Amino acid sequence: MLYIDIAFLGLSILLYLLFGGADFGAGIIELFSSAETKNKTRKLTYKAIGPIWEANHMWLIITIVILFVGFPIAYTTITVHLHIPLLIMLFGIIARGTAFVFRHYDAVKDDMQKVYNLIFVYSSFITPLFLGIIAGSLMSGKINPTAISFHEGFIAPWFNLFSISVGLFTVCICGFLAAVYLIGEAKSADDAAIFISKAKWMNVATVLSGALVFIISEVEHIGIFRGLLTNRISLLAIIAASVSLFFLWDYLLKGKKNRVRILAGFQITMILFAVGYEYFPAFVLLKNNSFISLLENTAPLSTLTALGWALILGSLFILPALFYLYYSFQHREQEY
Amino acid sequence: MDNLLAARSQMALSLGFHIIFSCIGMAMPFFMAVSHYKWLKTGDEQFKNLTKAWSKGVAIFFVTGAVSGTMLSFELGLLWPAFMKHAGPIFGMPFSLEGTAFFIEAIALGFYLYGWKKFKPWFHWFTGVMVGVTGLASGILVVSANAWMNSPAGFEFINGEYLNIDPIKAMFNDAWFSQALHMTIAAFVSTGFAVAGIHALMILKGSNTLFHWKAFKIAISFGAVCAILQPLSGDISAKDVAQRQPAKLAAMEAHFKTEEKAALIIGGIPNEKEKKVDYAIKIPGALSFLAHGDFNAEVKGLDQIPEKDHPPVAITHYAFQVMVGCGVVLMLAGILFLIAFYKKKNWLESTWFFRLFAILTPLGYIALEAGWVVTEVGRQPWIIYGVMRTSEAVTPMPGIQYSFYLYSLVYLSLSVAVTFLLYRQIKSIPLKYDSNNIQQSFTLK
Repeated sequence: MLYIDIAFLGLSILLYLLFGGADFGAGIIELFSSAETKNKTRKLTYKAIGPIWEANHMWLIITIVILFVGFPIAYTTITVHLHIPLLIMLFGIIARGTAFVFRHYDAVKDDMQKVYNLIFVYSSFITPLFLGIIAGSLMSGKINPTAISFHEGFIAPWFNLFSISVGLFTVCICGFLAAVYLIGEAKSADDAAIFISKAKWMNVATVLSGALVFIISEVEHIGIFRGLLTNRISLLAIIAASVSLFFLWDYLLKGKKNRVRILAGFQITMILFAVGYEYFPAFVLLKNNSFISLLENTAPLSTLTALGWALILGSLFILPALFYLYYSFQHREQEY
Repeated sequence: MDNLLAARSQMALSLGFHIIFSCIGMAMPFFMAVSHYKWLKTGDEQFKNLTKAWSKGVAIFFVTGAVSGTMLSFELGLLWPAFMKHAGPIFGMPFSLEGTAFFIEAIALGFYLYGWKKFKPWFHWFTGVMVGVTGLASGILVVSANAWMNSPAGFEFINGEYLNIDPIKAMFNDAWFSQALHMTIAAFVSTGFAVAGIHALMILKGSNTLFHWKAFKIAISFGAVCAILQPLSGDISAKDVAQRQPAKLAAMEAHFKTEEKAALIIGGIPNEKEKKVDYAIKIPGALSFLAHGDFNAEVKGLDQIPEKDHPPVAITHYAFQVMVGCGVVLMLAGILFLIAFYKKKNWLESTWFFRLFAILTPLGYIALEAGWVVTEVGRQPWIIYGVMRTSEAVTPMPGIQYSFYLYSLVYLSLSVAVTFLLYRQIKSIPLKYDSNNIQQSFTLK
């Protein structure tokens, strides 16, 4: 059952990155758009993610619940030492979710819309930035459970170049995923062209920021890059992601939206898998070269078993319903 | 402000905020579904418009509840890491199930809000009902986790270690049923009266009266029936608390001395130094009866509980009085509505009737918050009753007061924003939802 729990943990993180990420990315694209495309993005975003955006963010809740039920030591280490970035991320989540719904459901459309838009686009940037910073901090090996000073205990683990570079990388991934997703949602060829061009830029930014993560990790002596080179399966995944870049650009230039979507999803999956597999079973690296393990620092077996069953049963309800939700709002045009 | 007090204040604020939205999320989808059902059955367009208007409210409240709930799932660890390290694996079962319920709720809401004309009418209606059912399930599961803190079960505590963990037993702890029942009914009472109160106010204003009357009737029907049922569930809770948590019951009642034929103390000012209650009304034997079903039974007082394990008496006592007081008023109002509806139809056209219900708008939520204070403050100084103290659980991270100030600011702005949006929704009814029926259909006497 432990492996089932771990598989669901990985799956939730992946789906949050893909769907939640595309969702954040829509706001990021809006932030970096000219006034004219801003409006188009906004309308398309609403149409594309309106019905599904709440569900996209549920993966975060599932991730957190798996952590605190099944892997409480990892959860509490994160919440203690990464308190500050978590707090900022949470304020981002609150601001973004409410602004998105409020801007649509405000009965009067007046200047308040500008306020909602402003909050929405900036929190769409800040939230994944800090999610990435938190993810980077798990790999940075700067978390020190026996820290004495405030700085060492609560600031250094996340306020470092490596964590911030992972944050930027995450922002770029989100923007890229959103652009790719919105190409398919565009109703006219002109609109699609806008998002194809965005996707190109975002892809370049993603590749560059990914390279930056590796460079900084070498400078800061964080073993992520070397670990990748020595782990055959992770290396293979990264190579697959890189090679698929060529196909992605080919399809982008030809405007084949579905293939682009699949490839973008594939690349992000490969990157996450490569890093996850490289570190497994470590989930949180600690300063003294030890780590919190998904295989050893777990809840008792009885809890892991119950959690596994809850997740299996839950997914029997969630996955078909979710699939039908996506399907309905993609393909059904029928009117009653 | 020390760290413990700051952490407790922040937790109280977050839960106090979240609880309102989660209760709306538990009850309001059902109001919406009833209205939707009436539209499908009768074809009366006003019900369709009412359903649409309410669904906008549900969307606004749902997102606010969802983000504040996401916040809470992190706050448990941000503020109480030592608690979560041990408790997570024990009481996590309801949370893992709640994850599913909450997820389905979000999916159902997506179908419902965006599904007008897209799906077969009854499928669309069904997704609305599912929003309510899963919202209800979420609420019950979360309360069951809270009940575990009051009534720890499913593990053995040996030499400071938590052994032989049984998460299923922990979920079905002794307190889960009475607490979940009381909370579920409270959700319907508070939301029923609040929604009815707002529509009563609109009826008093005199436009779109028929529209508001239909809304009022649906909301108050839920509110009235549940307000009449609530004292029964309160009785189950009281007997349960007397059994499990005598210290909490003693604090609720400011019952300092253990005695037989214990008096029920109504109101009054607890004097913790002299261990008595000034200016209170006392009904001899009534507390014994309410707690144990026997006028002569002995009720444990605070004198039998070590001083270091006493909850704050004054706060718990006042909160309990407020909850019961509001509950009684709402129950009477519920009875009044039923009398009016079945016997005295002419009351339903009188100004005083709607004025009364307009005044009662916030009362259910006041009772709800007060009840939450009773159960949470009454459990102190424990975070896991009898096992772990709240002070042992607090985060080592210093400076929580700043986070508390920030949270206060965020919740204040959110409250302002939600109120503002709601005000705009209501104001737009004559234009967007009931433009054909601007003419008042009945006038109040």
